[in-house]
Amino acid sequence: MLSRKRNLIPFVFLILLFVATITAEWWLPVSPSVMDSGLRLMAPSSENWFGTDHFGRDLFGQTIVAARVSLLVGFTVALLSTVLGTITGLLAGYYKRLDSIIMRIIDGMLAFPSLLLALALVAALGGSVTNIIIALTFSFWPVITRVVRSSVLQVKTIQYVEAAKTSGVKDPVILARYILPNILSPIIVQGTFIFARSILAEAALSFLGVGVEPSIPTWGNMLQESQIYITLAPWFSIFPGIFIVMTVLALNLLGDGLRDAFDPYAKGKKKARKRLFKQKKQYAS
Amino acid sequence: MTEPLLEVRDLHMHFPMKQGVLQRKTNDVKAVNGVSFTLNKGETLGIVGESGCGKSTLARTLVSLLKPTSGDILFEGESILNYNSKELHALRRNIQMVYQDPYTSLNPRMKAGDIIAAPLKAYNLTTNLKKRVLELMDLVGLKADDYNKLPHQFSGGQRQRIGIARALALNPKLLILDEPVSALDVSVQAQVINLLEDLQEELGLTYLFIAHDLSVIRHISDKVGVMYLGKMMEMSDSESLYKDARHPYTNALLSAIPLPHPGKEKKRERIVLEGELPSPANPPSGCVFHTRCPFATEFCKGNVPAFDLDEKNSSGHYVSCFYPIENK
Repeated sequence: MLSRKRNLIPFVFLILLFVATITAEWWLPVSPSVMDSGLRLMAPSSENWFGTDHFGRDLFGQTIVAARVSLLVGFTVALLSTVLGTITGLLAGYYKRLDSIIMRIIDGMLAFPSLLLALALVAALGGSVTNIIIALTFSFWPVITRVVRSSVLQVKTIQYVEAAKTSGVKDPVILARYILPNILSPIIVQGTFIFARSILAEAALSFLGVGVEPSIPTWGNMLQESQIYITLAPWFSIFPGIFIVMTVLALNLLGDGLRDAFDPYAKGKKKARKRLFKQKKQYAS
Repeated sequence: MTEPLLEVRDLHMHFPMKQGVLQRKTNDVKAVNGVSFTLNKGETLGIVGESGCGKSTLARTLVSLLKPTSGDILFEGESILNYNSKELHALRRNIQMVYQDPYTSLNPRMKAGDIIAAPLKAYNLTTNLKKRVLELMDLVGLKADDYNKLPHQFSGGQRQRIGIARALALNPKLLILDEPVSALDVSVQAQVINLLEDLQEELGLTYLFIAHDLSVIRHISDKVGVMYLGKMMEMSDSESLYKDARHPYTNALLSAIPLPHPGKEKKRERIVLEGELPSPANPPSGCVFHTRCPFATEFCKGNVPAFDLDEKNSSGHYVSCFYPIENK
């Protein structure tokens, strides 16, 4: 999968961002938390690559450090909702009786726009990283449940599941060894998209002022603080914005790449194309 | 050896058709509609019939994947229909199934060895697991180094061998073979059938062999039953059926077998049945075959023929027809 450039670039970007943000303290030339009233709202320069904010803090450092919260929230939400969604989806898809109960609850949750649901939950729980993770997981895992359930419904009619049943294999084993391995690809793909969506959602919540406390730098908080200065110091908004866009784009591209890699038909096409190319070469020589 | 292993009595399997918002039951698809037979230990019963006649549904009710609408299934003299899940689990050791399509009946993400080991693990027979699996692989003609291969690395015939090994893992008494060779090439078909015959001799197995290929059935079966629209049309030992078919439907099916001798093949008279197979949701009244039968009369439309012993033929030849064909 990584042999294709389209997949390699987003992957490398995400790895670099991850490494850069966790090691930020060691290599950043200017500490992002040092205030300097003489350097307020400075334009990008060789000293401050992305300029400075209204307290004179270095924006490059802030943007890099802010990725921590975004990646942490995105990854944890993606992981939790994948695990929860997979469990509920497997049960709903496999057991007909549980299906109507679980899916009605899920439908109810899906009826709320996910951001609105998260907003309400954070408003009720209070804004902190943990609460944001809880709220976003709550609003995103029904999506995974739906995907998993429909895949289970498809796979459980295939004969090897029936064959396992007739040879006395018990249900938990059938779910874990026969069904789950055969539906992993849509789960992983959907998980990547949830990763991207929750980064976006976290930024949106922080921007609206119900996210992470303002003292912690996050992309959403930065955007929120910068909006009054947008005509005065556009770089204050632009750079965090670009980072959100690039991270979300990278994750979406990665998800697309994963989907293609898992899709046997797409692979076949590629092989066929290669074969055709080889043949053409032979004719030419 | 003539002890009955499996008895099926007037088995019905109807699937309700639901329609509309309220899911009201409108009709039944009568997939199996009154089938009875007895299968003795060590014998092979062949079931033939065109697609959609209920052969596979019959097989699935026999392995308890479906609960029949009515009728009874007796295994070793005991009715299996009211078994609880524990008894069912115990029963499944004795009745195993081989599936038609070797491409969908093996889990693509499991190694061949694990596929064969799965039933053993399900019954906690894990002592000497690997040795037993290798033994089974050897029994069906697979090599020991196939153990770690995935299903897609095998050919169709080899995959079917894996399926057979899996079915044999628990030492079952009855093996239900649901069109085990229809998806294979003719040359491979012969290999698999020979393998099945050898295994039967070696392990004393009883087979219920479902197929739509009459020549294959003739080769392997002791008894043959012909199914049409969920009903048994004719049943007898295979010699008598092939030489002396009594039912017009059997006769038509037999006339469709190509003969190996070119001269005889030219002279072969085919009985081509008129019309389409009626829907099992609305089977014809009276004798279900009357819509396509060349000999049907008004009487056949109104009366259902019993599935009776044919008096003129004393060798246990059952036929369900008012006007069975006389000896040729």
